[in-house]
Amino acid sequence: MFRLIPTDRLLIAILRIFAVNTVLVLLLILAFLLLESWPVLMQLSLTRFVTDTSWHPLEGAYNLMPMLAGTLLASMGALLLAVPLGMSSALFIVFYAPSHLATLYKRLIELLAGIPSVVFGFWGLTTLVPLINQWHPPGASLLAAILVLTLMVLPLITLTAYTALAAVPDELIHNAAALGLSRWGMISGVALPAAGSGITAGIILAAARALGETMAVLMVAGNVVQYPETVFDPIRTLAANIALEMAYAMGDHRAVLFVSGLLLLLLVMVLSSIAGFLEKQRHA
Amino acid sequence: MNANQDDAFTLGPLEAGPVCCDPQPVIQVKDLSLHYGDKIALDKVTLDIYKGCITALIGPSGCGKSSFLSAINRLTDLIPGCCVNGNIFVYDQDIHRSDSNVQELRRQIGMVFQKPTPFPLSIRRNIALPLNEHGIRKQAEVAAITEQVLRDVGLWAEVYDRLDTSALSLSGGQQQRLCFARALALNPQILLMDEPCSALDPIASGVVEDLICRLQGRYTIVIVTHNLAQARRIANYAALFWIKERAGQLVEFGRCQHIFESPSHELTAAYVNGVRG
Repeated sequence: MFRLIPTDRLLIAILRIFAVNTVLVLLLILAFLLLESWPVLMQLSLTRFVTDTSWHPLEGAYNLMPMLAGTLLASMGALLLAVPLGMSSALFIVFYAPSHLATLYKRLIELLAGIPSVVFGFWGLTTLVPLINQWHPPGASLLAAILVLTLMVLPLITLTAYTALAAVPDELIHNAAALGLSRWGMISGVALPAAGSGITAGIILAAARALGETMAVLMVAGNVVQYPETVFDPIRTLAANIALEMAYAMGDHRAVLFVSGLLLLLLVMVLSSIAGFLEKQRHA
Repeated sequence: MNANQDDAFTLGPLEAGPVCCDPQPVIQVKDLSLHYGDKIALDKVTLDIYKGCITALIGPSGCGKSSFLSAINRLTDLIPGCCVNGNIFVYDQDIHRSDSNVQELRRQIGMVFQKPTPFPLSIRRNIALPLNEHGIRKQAEVAAITEQVLRDVGLWAEVYDRLDTSALSLSGGQQQRLCFARALALNPQILLMDEPCSALDPIASGVVEDLICRLQGRYTIVIVTHNLAQARRIANYAALFWIKERAGQLVEFGRCQHIFESPSHELTAAYVNGVRG
């Protein structure tokens, strides 16, 4: 180690304080969730969140599984639609669009990313839900939630994939072209593998966003606690449930809502560790 | 070159060519001009490249040598705002004709760049990818070609037991030789090299230079280099480019010996003797 001069020491001290703060916020939130949910976690056995008859918090039935299923189905459905759409948009911008069109297209996607979620919900409620209702009542449904979530995560996936693809060095592309590769050969053989980790990170980020999205989903999903049998059935997600019941929940009911918050945090943690694992695999 | 290196070298499909006593033009460049937007990179260059020979392009930075090189395999198509005028004939075919197949052209003309740039894939996949793209998919055939080209560049002994590891784990010199192998796998007749040694340390650079010498005769080689001593050691022909009136121009072209020992142009004399440039 080299010796540090006083200004370096000062800078290091400041940086350490800020860095610790960042992590501390997460730890405090975790501690807060644990503290608030502690009473029920001690009292009730964990299996009750799985085996109770349903979600009737006022009668003391706390089955979280239908809402967990609703959350996962809505998020996975949205990713299933948004990943191909977002990837093709990013490939279009980077490899196919003429430059002026690419800039315009990218600006529009950025605008889409900036729309507040409540506006998506509002649009979904007044336009999308009546449309689905005409096709297959009641309208407010898993499908509506999936479509609104798709719109919300689409720009996220497009922009992260775009950034990853645009960061592929020109030399790689020129090398690929000099070997007589077709445009698709270049994309699938060289650009996508080179940008893979960035694209995966974007998809994970989008998944986390979809899992936690509250307002827009609450407005269009119908909020009936049940396992949906078709995409036209209403669902309730964990995040929407917290928002709906927080205002009047008391005692155990309130604590169980914190448990569901904890569950959401856990889901996102699992996602990000999968991302970390994939990253490690790539570099092994 | 010692006997061992000759042994490591499987006989490629091209016969040993005529060694430049009887110059047969393979690439004919006529009045080639090249612009990037308003900037003129090359102005009316006319030059023949001869079969089986090594032609070195020398000259100061920014005089259009690399642009000349990438015009030959139409890599200039990829550069926005780049405009090429004039004619280039490769094996008597005009490469700018609308019915010419640029992928096929680039299969005939291999290219190696300054910076070693293996694809972020396994060593095996680096060579298999362009082969698959050009319709060679049988595993046995791909494996045979992979072994042959890796032997040709002297890399087989170093990597045969780890073909499935990432090409990025190789050293700089090994990566550059992998890039040579990748270009050779498509069985080109012409090789373009854009300062292939300048990003390597002296030892790796020496290995690559030996490799280029061994390729002489089997391939028609055009090499851009800033290393005059290297040009003098390996090239049969040399072409000096210079910036005149803000445009790259060809000053003198001739046999290497002639350019270095009795140049006709005073700029050439000044450059090769280190007075200018």
